[in-house]
Amino acid sequence: MAEENAAESLPSEVTDMVGVPLYHQTADFDVERGYTYNTCAATQNGNPIYWDEAVAEELTGGAIAPPTTISLWMRPHFWQPGAEGEQVALQVHFDLKRIFRLPEAVMTDNTITFHDPVRPGDRISNQQVLKSVSEPKTTKLGTGRFWVIDVEFHNQRDELVGVETYTGFGYVRGAA
Amino acid sequence: MSDQLTLDEVSVGDALPSLEIEVTPTTVVLGAIASRDWRPMHHDYKFATERNGVQDIFLNTPNQAAWFERFVTDWTGPTGRLGRMKFRMRDSIFPGDTMTFAATVTEVSTDDVGCGWASLEVTLTATSDARPEPRVCSTCSVRVAIPTNPNDNPWARRGDQWRP
Repeated sequence: MAEENAAESLPSEVTDMVGVPLYHQTADFDVERGYTYNTCAATQNGNPIYWDEAVAEELTGGAIAPPTTISLWMRPHFWQPGAEGEQVALQVHFDLKRIFRLPEAVMTDNTITFHDPVRPGDRISNQQVLKSVSEPKTTKLGTGRFWVIDVEFHNQRDELVGVETYTGFGYVRGAA
Repeated sequence: MSDQLTLDEVSVGDALPSLEIEVTPTTVVLGAIASRDWRPMHHDYKFATERNGVQDIFLNTPNQAAWFERFVTDWTGPTGRLGRMKFRMRDSIFPGDTMTFAATVTEVSTDDVGCGWASLEVTLTATSDARPEPRVCSTCSVRVAIPTNPNDNPWARRGDQWRP
C-alpha cells in the first residue's frame, strides 16, 4: 500500500471510523453448494474437491466452498422485503464515497487470507474496519482518495474463516 | 490421490502452465452472478460505458479471485490449499479480450509446523483485436500450501498448524 494515511486532515466523521469494528453482520442465508457450482462453472474450475464427493471426503472431510467465495456469503440480496434503496456489501466503502462526495469508485487491491474452510450449512458473519484514508490523489480515472478496509469473516462457531483487505479509490471523473 | 504435486517437485523459477480464456459478456455476467455482485458495471453495458466511462462491462473483483484460484489449483491439484492471495488490478478485463494467466514460483519453503509452501507471482494479461498489444491487467501474489510428501494433506491442518 503506497497510499499514506491522511488522518490529521480528515473530517472527524472519518477519523471516528478508523480502527473501529463497524457493521457487524450475519449472512442472510447458509453457505450452500449452488454457489460452489456457479463459481466453478463461471471459471471452468474442474477441481474434484468441488465435484467429487469422495475426493472432498478424503481431502477436506466433506464438501467445502471454494476459498475465494469467502465474501459472497455476506453480499445482500439485490432486493428483499422491507429493504429500501440499493443493498451494498461493503458499507464503509460507500460511506466514504458519500462523505467525500466521490460518485465513482473502483477497487484497486484485494488481499485475502484463508483460514478454516467454509462448508455448506455454515452461517458466516463479518465486520468491517477502516484502516486508512489517503490525501487527495489524481489518477487516470480522476481525482479522489484511496482507502483501505479490512473485513474479517467468522463462521457460526466463531472460527476465523478469512480476512479480506480492500483498497478502494473513490473519485470524480475527469477532474485531473 | 494420484497426480498430486508435492513440494519436492517445485523449484524457484518454475513456470506454471499458462491458461488462456476468451472473454465474452457471458463470462463477465456469469462471474458477477456467481459472486452475488449485482453492481451494474458488471452486467449493464450502458451503465459501464456512460456512467463509468469504460469501454464495456468488465470482470468483477471476486470473480478475478476465483479465476486466480482455478489457475493455481489446476497446477497444484486438489491437495493444494490457498493460504493468501494479494492482487492489484491495473486495467479491466472486457468482453472481446483474451485473458492469459501466467505465473512463476518465487519461493519454496516449509514453515515451523512442517507445512510446505510455494509463493507465486501471477500475471493476468489481456489482448483483443482492438488492443492487440498485451496489457497487464492484474498481478497477484499467491501463497499456496503444497503437500511435502504423498501422505501429507494441507487441508487437514487446523488452528496453530495452519499459518497462511
